[in-house]
Amino acid sequence: MNETPSDLKFLDSHEWVKVDDNTVIVGISDHAQNELGEVVFVELPAIGDEFVSGDEAAVVESVKAASEVYTPLSGEVIEVNEALEESPELVNTSPYEDGWFFKLRVSDENLGSIDSLMTAKEYSSMLDGNS
Amino acid sequence: MNRTFLYESHLGLGSKFVNFSGWEMPIHYGSQINEHNSVRNSAGIFDVSHMNIFDFYGVEAKEFMRHVLTNDVNKIDDGSALYSVITNNEGGIIDDLIVYKFNNEKFRVVSNCSTFDDVNNFFESNIIKFDCEFRHKPSLGILAIQGPESEIALKNILKLELSNYKSFSFTERNKLFVSRTGYTGEDGFEVIGEPEELQNIWDLCISRSIPPIGLGARDTLRVEAGMNLNGTDMTIKNNPFESNLGWVVDFSDIERDFIAKEKLLEIKNTNKIKLVGVLLNEKGILRSGQKIIKDDFEGEVTSGTFSPYMKKSIGLARIPMDINENANVLIRNKLLNVKILSLPFIRKGKIMI
Repeated sequence: MNETPSDLKFLDSHEWVKVDDNTVIVGISDHAQNELGEVVFVELPAIGDEFVSGDEAAVVESVKAASEVYTPLSGEVIEVNEALEESPELVNTSPYEDGWFFKLRVSDENLGSIDSLMTAKEYSSMLDGNS
Repeated sequence: MNRTFLYESHLGLGSKFVNFSGWEMPIHYGSQINEHNSVRNSAGIFDVSHMNIFDFYGVEAKEFMRHVLTNDVNKIDDGSALYSVITNNEGGIIDDLIVYKFNNEKFRVVSNCSTFDDVNNFFESNIIKFDCEFRHKPSLGILAIQGPESEIALKNILKLELSNYKSFSFTERNKLFVSRTGYTGEDGFEVIGEPEELQNIWDLCISRSIPPIGLGARDTLRVEAGMNLNGTDMTIKNNPFESNLGWVVDFSDIERDFIAKEKLLEIKNTNKIKLVGVLLNEKGILRSGQKIIKDDFEGEVTSGTFSPYMKKSIGLARIPMDINENANVLIRNKLLNVKILSLPFIRKGKIMI
């Protein structure tokens, strides 16, 4: 089981974000990858794509099902994790590190909405409430 | 929720469970892909005790089977099994099943879990005219031991020589029913018996490192094997001919009268739809419900998955006869190229395409 890193913020749809100045990294939580099962395909956005928070930005597919990955913040895609094309299983083995999906450049104005996301602790207690 | 007698065993093996038609069944025990490939490369054991067993007895048991099944039990010997479907009067598929012939007066049917009411009602309403009775056997369990090494594994556990039993034959010894049948496209066996006995066999398999296999791998194995799943690749709205099952409708004995015979003959002569294999040539995963398009013709993926053995996406699709060789599939507003193939994709570890 991967520990939930305390420096990440979470959506109730199980994406995580990590903020580094105006760059935001997005992935899916350990709980999400565990529920999905073995990931066999990831469809990533294109560099330069612009998203509004809540947009479907990527798709992650396990053997059994496809799930959308939503962007938690508005911004422009500046980098995607190309390693996932050859090794989608990184989403399972390293959801918070090597299994990241994409990076967004987010304006100062849009960065403000990060506060509305859940802390790791809040996310963990949401999961506990569900189980 | 219903549970099989092996529930505690599944729990102890780290199973993740899924609600399958009201049954809490193992979906996988950690890795669906590893489980899948164990069955293709060596062997694995499944608990499929959620499936339904019906036993038929009576002097007209054979006549009853010849009336209700589209396939003809006359072509099998005692100790042999036959795959068939049962249909309504319009030729719509109620379920697919395997029928086992003990002798002219005793048969066993194993059918799907989700269709119990429909199948039970079907037998109940049709059996009245025959000197035959039937019983549902919910107390019995079913294990499937599947894979190229299943014969040697089971031979040692059951202390039973199995090499004489060819595909689709069966035997019953000391209340243990063993058939050379399955749903994986590999060599394999299904064992029906009382829970205590089956628990024993299960435990012996596990102790000999034959891995437990969940319903997740069962589904990907059957897709690779080109086998239909009732309720997914076919429903009451589909006839056998558009479901790649024309071969289980046997018209050869003109004297035999079976349910929907005339209707099925008419469908056979006019059918313009087929169920085929589809292979995605590009990146992505085929899923049920996706549209297959070529020129003015349209069809639909009925089952789609990632094939753990071929490491590509494959599926079954119901399409017009006019679509051949290649077509497009619509995935999230993009048209991707698929190859149209005859089934199966894999038989006994060999990729057939």
